Amino acid sequence: MENNVENKTNKYLTHKPLKYGKKFYFGEFVAEKFIKMVALVSIVSILAIFYYVFQEATYAFKKPKIEKVQVESQNSTANDKGDLVQETYGSAPSKTEDTELKQETYGTSSSKNEEPLKQETYGSATVKEEPLKQETYGTASTKESTTEVEKAVSESESENEAVYNSEENDNALNPVNLRKLILANDYVDDKPAYVWQPISEVPKYSFIPLFIGALKVTLIGLLFAAPLAILAAIFTVAFAPKWLKEIIKPAIEVLAGFPSVVIGFFCLMTLASVIQSVFHTTYRLNSFVGGLGMAMAVIPIIYTITEDALSAVPQYMRAASLALGASRWQTAWKVLLPAAAPGVFAALILGFGRAFGETMIALMATGNAALVSGNIFESVRTMAATIGAEMAEVEFRGIHYGVLFLIGAVLFTVTFSLNALAEFYVRKKLMKKFQGQ
Amino acid sequence: MIIQNTKISTQNLDLFYGTKQALNDITLDIPENKVTAFIGPSGCGKSTFLRTLNRMNDLIDGVKITGKVIIDDIDIYDKNIDVVQLRKRIGMVFQKSNPFPKSIYDNVAYGPRVNGINDRSKLDEIVEESLKRAAIWEETKDRLKNSALGLSGGQQQRLCIARCLAVNPDVILMDEPASALDPISTSKIEELIQELKEQYTIVIVTHNMQQAARISDYTAFFYLGELIEYDKTKKIFTNPTNKKTEEYVTGRFG
Amino acid sequence: MGYLILILMVIAIVAVYFYKKKISLTKSKKLDERFFVTLTGLSAVFIIIFIAYLVIHIFLLGKTSLSWEFLTTPPKDGLTGGGIFPAIVGTSLLVMIMSIIGVPIGTITAIYLAEYAKENSIFTKSIRFAVNTLAGVPSIVFGLFGLGFFIGVVGKQMDVVETNRRLDKMEVVFNQKSSAFADDGMANGNEISALLAKNDKAYWSTQEEQVKLLSEVYGEGNPIPKTAAIKFFRERLQPRWGQPSLIWAALTMALLTLPVVIVSVEEAIKTIPRDLREASLALGATKFMTILRVVIPGALPGILTGTILTISRGAGEVAPILFTGVAYYLPDLPNTVSSQFMHLGYHIYVLATQSTNVELTKSLQYATTFVLLALTFALNFTAVLIRSKIRSKAGSHS
Repeated sequence: MENNVENKTNKYLTHKPLKYGKKFYFGEFVAEKFIKMVALVSIVSILAIFYYVFQEATYAFKKPKIEKVQVESQNSTANDKGDLVQETYGSAPSKTEDTELKQETYGTSSSKNEEPLKQETYGSATVKEEPLKQETYGTASTKESTTEVEKAVSESESENEAVYNSEENDNALNPVNLRKLILANDYVDDKPAYVWQPISEVPKYSFIPLFIGALKVTLIGLLFAAPLAILAAIFTVAFAPKWLKEIIKPAIEVLAGFPSVVIGFFCLMTLASVIQSVFHTTYRLNSFVGGLGMAMAVIPIIYTITEDALSAVPQYMRAASLALGASRWQTAWKVLLPAAAPGVFAALILGFGRAFGETMIALMATGNAALVSGNIFESVRTMAATIGAEMAEVEFRGIHYGVLFLIGAVLFTVTFSLNALAEFYVRKKLMKKFQGQ
Repeated sequence: MIIQNTKISTQNLDLFYGTKQALNDITLDIPENKVTAFIGPSGCGKSTFLRTLNRMNDLIDGVKITGKVIIDDIDIYDKNIDVVQLRKRIGMVFQKSNPFPKSIYDNVAYGPRVNGINDRSKLDEIVEESLKRAAIWEETKDRLKNSALGLSGGQQQRLCIARCLAVNPDVILMDEPASALDPISTSKIEELIQELKEQYTIVIVTHNMQQAARISDYTAFFYLGELIEYDKTKKIFTNPTNKKTEEYVTGRFG
Repeated sequence: MGYLILILMVIAIVAVYFYKKKISLTKSKKLDERFFVTLTGLSAVFIIIFIAYLVIHIFLLGKTSLSWEFLTTPPKDGLTGGGIFPAIVGTSLLVMIMSIIGVPIGTITAIYLAEYAKENSIFTKSIRFAVNTLAGVPSIVFGLFGLGFFIGVVGKQMDVVETNRRLDKMEVVFNQKSSAFADDGMANGNEISALLAKNDKAYWSTQEEQVKLLSEVYGEGNPIPKTAAIKFFRERLQPRWGQPSLIWAALTMALLTLPVVIVSVEEAIKTIPRDLREASLALGATKFMTILRVVIPGALPGILTGTILTISRGAGEVAPILFTGVAYYLPDLPNTVSSQFMHLGYHIYVLATQSTNVELTKSLQYATTFVLLALTFALNFTAVLIRSKIRSKAGSHS
């Protein structure tokens, strides 16, 4: 039936009689395909993270073959070029020395494990630069320089002999295997020891000091953050008058917006001195300072989630408790908190995950010495900080590179499963509590 | 009852939300250029049924429909039906007035624009004509550029009717269009419906029995997802065949 | 400093004491109640005072260095003086490229999830789950991904393609009759660089050092054989894409902030009432038209909030860019997306941990920190404002 346009409001629009057959909307089709494609790209790249971090970690376990050594030396040419460039970027020509000096002035002077390690790093870098630079001159084949090259090469070879030897050993035996990563990999004073020395004659990669370091810092952080944040959240929900609520909540959002580098900076410059003067610690930067920094980063997370969980407790529960003559405190402690327990638990889990993977605070405030010790005033090196500090200097797809990715994979797995746990746990428990009755 | 000039006819229509059956074997014919009212207690399926007539239920996950809905000899649930074309023919006015958060003008021009009319003078003409037809021109002609959300509830609902008229539908489905309005606005809408039925087939869902009695030519009574009785409005309200219908129209339940 | 904190705590106790006096209590529970209210209140007030102290402390120590010059000049004297201009530019560029890439992709993904994906399918659920949990994965892991995938795979591959293309082109140019090599197969350094500049100036200007090195090796003005020159370049051309650079850092950050964008856009889309979509569809609009004309305009505040939060996060995060493109000091501003760049956050880190004289640069460090803080606060504050507007709007609809 043709609709009669004359009587209709819109005389410019005629509908053809309704019939079978679909019209093809080209724009619609293209738009939908485009949206799906872009979504696919973003979803794939999200999933690619899962894949790549683990895939690159496999380089830790690859046994370098003979040809591989050559390839590697080429690669390291590229790397050293990179070093050269870096050097030119650095304003002070003796940047590396400065850093070392600097470390000392902060008072991590007697961290025995760290020092040789650092020196090795810089040492080997400078040694490598020399022959390689010379080699490139060598290709130019001017006679004067060849002698120089030979001299330099022989010099550097004698210096590097140990390194080369160890590399030969490595060919037969990769220093990385699962057992060495988590069991004792060295002996100090005839006692088994866990050593992280990625750049030394025989590189030693033990996860234990890094894991303990991360755990120490995280637990100290939670120890401070959790009570403060949870109590503050209880105060906000149960006791605070409205005007005070309107100060507390935005203030905590402000803290949540603090870049972690700023918190790390504050810990390094101010907090570390305060702690040292109060506790008279040997090391200025230690796991305690780092832990306090983590607490600052984690307080907003714990507070926000706890506060959400507490305010989600239905009003009637509180009213019932108050009507029975319970004080406001008793209500908060015996009704609110148990009802919101899953939320509080999730808050703690997420806070733990955040602190465990936090890089900049750890890098700046913990002293970065991979020590295994129960003393909270000793320097530690966390997993994330290790990646942050060492990744820029490693050989692409070498063993050290692989090990750092392996650390990344562990971090990823730990935080991802914590998040997953929090999400599932909370959703299920809270739903049961408030809706499923 | 024999209906001449059938516009819409449904045959053995069943509708399921997941496993729950919401409509059970509905067969009825809706006449052209008349007002047909669906009444019944809430949850009886009358709104759901209305929404099957322009395939609005397609948007809800887990809805399964069996049976036929035939409009102009075409089964609209056929695989080959273009839903977009169909919906241009079957306009809809919703229970809660839902103007877009745009100006009054843009609200009415929305339909023509998505149908490819972008010429300013044509749009002006369509907007004016639609607003006049919906009896809201006088109130809005000086503030076409103002936000539609600034209108009163009744005006918003008439604006929604104007918006619907601007795409030249054959059928207008109204889902309790006056349920949220005051008596004055309601009577304006009712007057409007009476005028519009000259040119449009109107199907209206209402839970206000007086309203159904006042404005409709035919009335269908739904109860628990079933069509209990369908007849001329006069008959339903004065001499219903079914006992349930009688109980409902006399206000004994619902 | 320790005294300062002690004093603050005393202030906090006094504040809570005065507040608590207002509360009337029944006598039997008075002591208990008082104790616990004080305890919780103290925690809250302590946090607030500490935050205030943090901000004021950073401002006070940095304000001597804060000036217009500080913001508009590059660092000098080995990072012990001057300003932070390149770091501001670098941060802005990073954030800009990141948002240009990340925000549209995130928005479209959110639209896909909200409008096209089946709500309750396992696929959608697992994507949503991945997006949510990804937000809690440490940022350093994203940095690893940037290094391993963007630089290690994508960049290296681009280099192979690009370098081969350039070199082939270069050989063609060297073999031309008009080239300086034409008569005796030799040319000196200047001739070579002129030849290369004519050939493809944009590319060879990034390889200037190599050209210079070549002529240095042979000595200024000495002739260089063609085959040697070609061999030299084949071996020594700098990677252009397969190295840390602005674009890879921006891509890494875009990925890091993708969950932020997706979540906030999706939240905004969900506040658009269902009846508006239905109204649009009932008027004969197609699904995409409905999205374009109803959903996206309605989600605009959410897209804006997502963008701002992204920018704020991008300005503050340092870990993911540590090895994907940031540099301590660059005399020049980045001129292409394949250059390295300076970054405010990283600059703070460098000044605080690598500086030769910590005392000398102390106020510079605090000033830089203050600038970064001010930037992120301003952004976050705007985002919070917009979000509270969305929330109140959503509230009025339901």
